[in-house]
Amino acid sequence: MEYFLQQLINGLSLGALYALIAVGYTVVYGIVQLINFAHGEIFMIGAFGAYATWMILGQPTDWSTTMSLLVLLPAMLIGGMVASVTVALMTERFAYRPLRNAPRLAPLITAIGVSVFLQEFVRLFYGWVPGFPDAKSAIPFPSVPGLSGESLQFGEVLIQMPAVFTLAALAVCSVFLWYFVNRTKTGRAMVATSQDPDTARLMGINVDRVIMAAFALGAALAAIAGVAHGLRYGNIDFRMGFLAGLKAFTAAVLGGIGNIAGAVVGGLVLGVAEAMATSFIPGQFGSSAWKDVWAFALLILVLVFRPEGLLGAKVVDRA
Amino acid sequence: MRNKKLLGGAAALLSASLLFAGCGSRSEPAATATGGAATKTAKIGVIAPLSGDLSALGLGIRNSVDLAIQEANKANAIPGWKLELAAEDDQATPDVGKNAATKLSSDDEVVGVVGALNSSVSQQVIPVLQPARIVQVSPANTGPSLTMGADFLTAPKRPYDNFFRTCTTDLIQGKVAAQYLLESGIKQLATIHDKKIYGQGLVGAVTENFKAGGGTIVAAETINPDDKDFGPVVTKVKGANPQAVFYGGEYPQAGPLSKQMKAAGLKVALMGGDGIFDPTFIELAGDAANNDLATSVGEPVDTAESAQAFIAAYKAAGFEEPYAAYGAQSYDAAKAIIESLKTSLPSAADAKSAREATIAGMAKVSFTGATGQVAFDEFGDTKSKVITIYKVESGKWATVKTVDVSS
Repeated sequence: MEYFLQQLINGLSLGALYALIAVGYTVVYGIVQLINFAHGEIFMIGAFGAYATWMILGQPTDWSTTMSLLVLLPAMLIGGMVASVTVALMTERFAYRPLRNAPRLAPLITAIGVSVFLQEFVRLFYGWVPGFPDAKSAIPFPSVPGLSGESLQFGEVLIQMPAVFTLAALAVCSVFLWYFVNRTKTGRAMVATSQDPDTARLMGINVDRVIMAAFALGAALAAIAGVAHGLRYGNIDFRMGFLAGLKAFTAAVLGGIGNIAGAVVGGLVLGVAEAMATSFIPGQFGSSAWKDVWAFALLILVLVFRPEGLLGAKVVDRA
Repeated sequence: MRNKKLLGGAAALLSASLLFAGCGSRSEPAATATGGAATKTAKIGVIAPLSGDLSALGLGIRNSVDLAIQEANKANAIPGWKLELAAEDDQATPDVGKNAATKLSSDDEVVGVVGALNSSVSQQVIPVLQPARIVQVSPANTGPSLTMGADFLTAPKRPYDNFFRTCTTDLIQGKVAAQYLLESGIKQLATIHDKKIYGQGLVGAVTENFKAGGGTIVAAETINPDDKDFGPVVTKVKGANPQAVFYGGEYPQAGPLSKQMKAAGLKVALMGGDGIFDPTFIELAGDAANNDLATSVGEPVDTAESAQAFIAAYKAAGFEEPYAAYGAQSYDAAKAIIESLKTSLPSAADAKSAREATIAGMAKVSFTGATGQVAFDEFGDTKSKVITIYKVESGKWATVKTVDVSS
């Protein structure tokens, strides 16, 4: 039982990371029907932005737990978000907006190009900033006192602090997203635009601004995921967005692309499926080498029986 | 009047050639064009990961080969010939390595190649270089099948006559690691590998020797080299209650794995092969790395008497990156090729025609290098079979002991 609970926690905390990234795929898809394959790189940029903030703060390693949690962590989160949102808005402005009325394949291929560009850009030029380490191989991510090393223990079940942070971040973000979409003007404009952009425009909604808000929202959550990734695994590298982005995209499709709640559920389901496949499928097919196979098999099954995803693609439903 | 002009021209030529001779390794085509002493160029290639996760090791390899070439040129080791470095990045990826090998083999001036770092890359590189008759000496490939064929345990048969190496194999490394674990009272071991040739082979050798010594393998798991999250697999291994975990793979995964193991409450030592023996492993694992173990080929370079000259020369040469885990082996690999070139090049009309003789000459190579005596056996393996065990103590790799199993 403890074993099951432990794997459940492992899966949920991994899934929370996928979910935070998946929201970015889903909001952008919901509004412009673009699968933004560069979103994994936005996540990576968020992590590097947070790292840069830590460098600018003078690489503090001896701050007290309170100071770290109240000052260092928020600073790193904001630094990451500034970086990721800036880059996301720039990709939107210069790569996707010129192609908004082009055939759908064009922006998709552009997204792949942007993804390669951002990876290589960080790989080649991050080390050019004086004092910054070279990003050609993994960079050790700073540990925030109070959020690394220690773990909470419930009986035999251990929850590491970075996992607690990831889960808490997802919970806070989910509440925020619900509030944003249902209670704010921009959020409701987003829903309206996703349902019918032309009518939304006629109703006086600035569609360009709504699209920018969608990119910024996804990028901000991706930056939080980037910091969570750094804290959990202790290192960041320029390729970290590729696999994470692929998994998050899978999570978004699993939950129903275009549906924000679906992205959260899809991420959690995917994470748990991976952890469970590692531990409860016997024989050689059960080792962690096969977990991706089982995760994608689950995706195929869901798509066969519920092509609209677990929660259905509510937002893209066109009237 | 005319005469005077000619004389002045000749003097200018002479001083120019002197100037260029003094420069050493700079490759200015003007030097030969002005018609001084006709020096021919031969290139020694390097195939190693110069970018990416393993670039710390790869750049150390490139620089050490560069050093050996510079020294040979300075000493005029092969009269009439100037050696040049041709370094190619393999990104630790077999396909990229293969392309690099194709590029080098189509260059007629290439007479030898040092590399690759990964056994899986060499597996793709050797078949390209072999038909081109280019000798390849690896400083780091420890996979036994490269020199002894697929049935290396039962019927060793050399698959490629152009492949040599200055490091010993995983058979020896795995044996020493297993013996050390058993000696330290560990009877229950869990193994994890990354499914690459190197990791799988090393874990295979450890498993066999560990079982033969009376130990039990309580869990055998694998990971994906691209993974960052090892939580599920760590939890699974923890359930089997091992006294130590042996990891077959390299430090980009081993560091985070060690960190996540300790964080999940699996507080036993992680042991690995030469692939994790790098300062970056400790950087990535943080405090969790303490008491982790590694084996590596050869004597510890920093303290080995034979390596002191190499270390001093490396420092003096002012390379940007450290020589890393395979510097001494790479330096010796390049020197072994140069030794063979000393007999094959002078009589050759051009670099390409010397390739065959260079391969043949490798069998006779014998000198004292940075890693000790360098000579190759009938499989192309180094004759010296020395393994050192290291342990992380307060954030640094410390030598535990050196085991010599050459016989």
